[in-house]
Amino acid sequence: MTGDTIINSSDTVLLRANGLTKIFGTLKACDDVDLVIARGEIHALLGENGAGKSTLVKMLFGALQPTSGSIAWKGEAVTIPSPSVGRTLGIGMVFQHFSLFDALTAAENIALSIDEATPIGMIAEKARQIGKAYGLPVDPDALVGDLSVGERQRIEIIRCLLQNPDLIILDEPTSVLTPQEAELLFVTLERLRSEGKSILYISHRLEEVRQLCDRATVLRHGKVVGECNPREQTANSLARMMVGGDIHRVEREPLAADAAAAKAALIEVKGLSQRPTGPFSVALHDIGFTVHAGEILGIAGVAGNGQSELFEAVSGERLQERPDIIRIRDNDAGRQGISARRKLGAAFVPEERLGHGAVPDMSLSDNLLLSRHATDRKVFTSGGVLKLISASSLTSAARRIISRMDVRKSAENPDASALSGGNLQKFLIGRELDRNPSVLVVNQPTWGVDAGAAAHIRQALVDLARGGSAVIVISQDLDELFEISDRIAAMVHGRLSDSVPIEEMNMERVGMMMGGADHSAPEAA
Amino acid sequence: MMRIEIIRRPQHSALFSALSPFIALLLTLLAGAVLFAILGKNPVAALYSYFVEPLTEIWSIHELLIKAAPLILIAVGLSVCFLSNNWNIGAEGQFIAGGVAGSILPVVFPDFQGWYVLPVMLVLGMAGGMAYAAIPALLKTRFNTNEILTSLMLVYVAQLFLDWLVRGPWRNPQGYNFPETIQFNSSAILPEIWTASGRAHWGFVLALLAALLVWFMLSRMLSGYEIKVLGRSARAGRFAGFSAGRLTFFAFLISGALAGLAGISEVSGAVGQLRPSISPGYGFTAIIVAFLGRLNPLGIIAAGLVLALTYLGGEAAQISLGISEKSARIFQGMVLFFILASDTLIYYRIRIVSRSVETAAKGA
Repeated sequence: MTGDTIINSSDTVLLRANGLTKIFGTLKACDDVDLVIARGEIHALLGENGAGKSTLVKMLFGALQPTSGSIAWKGEAVTIPSPSVGRTLGIGMVFQHFSLFDALTAAENIALSIDEATPIGMIAEKARQIGKAYGLPVDPDALVGDLSVGERQRIEIIRCLLQNPDLIILDEPTSVLTPQEAELLFVTLERLRSEGKSILYISHRLEEVRQLCDRATVLRHGKVVGECNPREQTANSLARMMVGGDIHRVEREPLAADAAAAKAALIEVKGLSQRPTGPFSVALHDIGFTVHAGEILGIAGVAGNGQSELFEAVSGERLQERPDIIRIRDNDAGRQGISARRKLGAAFVPEERLGHGAVPDMSLSDNLLLSRHATDRKVFTSGGVLKLISASSLTSAARRIISRMDVRKSAENPDASALSGGNLQKFLIGRELDRNPSVLVVNQPTWGVDAGAAAHIRQALVDLARGGSAVIVISQDLDELFEISDRIAAMVHGRLSDSVPIEEMNMERVGMMMGGADHSAPEAA
Repeated sequence: MMRIEIIRRPQHSALFSALSPFIALLLTLLAGAVLFAILGKNPVAALYSYFVEPLTEIWSIHELLIKAAPLILIAVGLSVCFLSNNWNIGAEGQFIAGGVAGSILPVVFPDFQGWYVLPVMLVLGMAGGMAYAAIPALLKTRFNTNEILTSLMLVYVAQLFLDWLVRGPWRNPQGYNFPETIQFNSSAILPEIWTASGRAHWGFVLALLAALLVWFMLSRMLSGYEIKVLGRSARAGRFAGFSAGRLTFFAFLISGALAGLAGISEVSGAVGQLRPSISPGYGFTAIIVAFLGRLNPLGIIAAGLVLALTYLGGEAAQISLGISEKSARIFQGMVLFFILASDTLIYYRIRIVSRSVETAAKGA
């Protein structure tokens, strides 16, 4: 709306999409979407999960064909039947989930995506040059498996830049970065903009969109519901546009200063070290923490610093060497499996929903049994040693969770894989909350979950803690940790820092801790 | 220019999951007709004598049940293995191990006679199959060995062991040097179901019973749930607190027991003695039965009857058409081939694209 006069002149318009519509069965994923991207701008694409952002982007990139509507590229009508055609036109994409081979070097990975046969040495040299020019330092000869997530993202971006694109699409690029790494990325993006390249920037972090982007298009339920200059908006007004209403703010009473220490320690971890489980897994070094009744411990850290390994150790998917390394409600649990730990009152929600927290092609009620068959044996099974599954009590429990967590679904009892990420996560967290556990360990609770659902989940976690449970939240989302935690610790290279009370914490300090630089933290509370 | 693409469906198709076996059977019949035509036979008449004629006479239906019994027993056990992601290819060997172990009593101690002989034989047969199946399970859980290779190789060990037994220590001293054991005494023979009309023995009833029990376990019991969870996602299974190693043993032991039971039933019910070869490849054909039956024990009953028909049809074709009974193997192979191909349609749909779209875009 602000830039209408400029963007209508044809030589400044890079891409213009008119009435793009994509129908999947009965679902209109994109409904008559108009989008104009000017040369040399960073254009934000905002919207909740399921708003149609990725469908729209896939059509622009050639991974999906629109049901109707047209795309004009540099003033000429085009159809983009495949991503390779998109690349030839000059549209590059950096995905949220990297498509890199761990066992190959950075240069070899780049070579794989280049059509012509170019010697690997030349590619490495070019990658080094581009890296230097755009502030993306990376060693082309390093094995990808050894690189941090931020470095892997740089490889993806370099790979994209090698094709010399005019439009670069970035899908949630900062969701895997530390605040400091994100700042570096912004410098790169601004340099690209100054060269006249355009960037389509998908993100749900509204503050960074305000800081970085020139214009924003907001999608809701597949339709464009607004265009604006994000610099003239507040994070709140952007969020309202995305959700179409006010977002619930998490209500959280601060803990009384000495209340936590006085209350019972529900989970204690002490001297937890373990060797890596595979070539790309992280070793844990002497991890220790205690969480008391009523409090939430937030564990920050960039992905791949041992969070999943810590989760598997605490959950009992991997056992410890000695029983007293992990104590749950004053019981030595280090040598007990996950079912026994659940019986002690602990509950777990892993990061990966499909294939870890749930079986993709099983129904929700069947998936309910996954984590509950041992703790709720009397409710869900009958017939003594035969352990007959009681389908009716599973269905009614699933229904209870679905209504309590407001899980939206298309069928009565759909397969887990048929749910959107956010709705499945609500179900998986609801599955554990339904037991009212005394200890809850959750890894990335709102990863890829839309704002409304995320607020719902965070409030549920806070309520559980304030009801007298101990909650451990492992998350890469710092805003989330600041919103709900009572104490925050950070993981780096398989070590866990001491935890710092939320009152003494700020972004800069947590960023330092995530980088492994903070040694000034006081002893754990 | 046209191009065929296969595109992943967002959700697996229940329709094609049910339809796939029938598509496969139809394609098998069509391919069979082509094959007969190439051989210079009238395809319609040939298919009739292959697949319909054996069903027109009572004695022949008895033969069908005799052939179906081991196929169903073995395939039901294999369904537990395959559902739990344990690829037991060695049922043929476990069948032989069961046949041998169950024959200890009538061959080595022929003087033991009485009502208790048969139950002991059946139990020994199951134990033999279990013990033999435990080897690949142990190798897999202990040393991470590929069970496809170990279970398959053990088939040949079992075959040669049986061969050695019947030519050596267990050979009938009064058998004119034929490689056979003595004939089982009457209390060691699995009786016929309905003597007046044909030879079918109680093995078929055992097969039905096994199918029903395993179906009940898979669909109603927590252990069945455990099998399905671990088979579909090992990591989710670990999260549920299920042990993959324990399940590997469970699956191999149950399928070994059923293959062993099939082995001793065949020896005691249909053959009446041990010979160098006691199976026309039941252990391998049962793999096809298991997949054609959708790894569902009730579906396996139907699939077992269908595959049994190929054996009968092969024999009939040898007599009436003059083609080798080995043609049965061709039909079995085609069923497996087509069912695996048709199963693609469960997860993928086929799209035909014309090239012109792409070239137009490149021109832009």
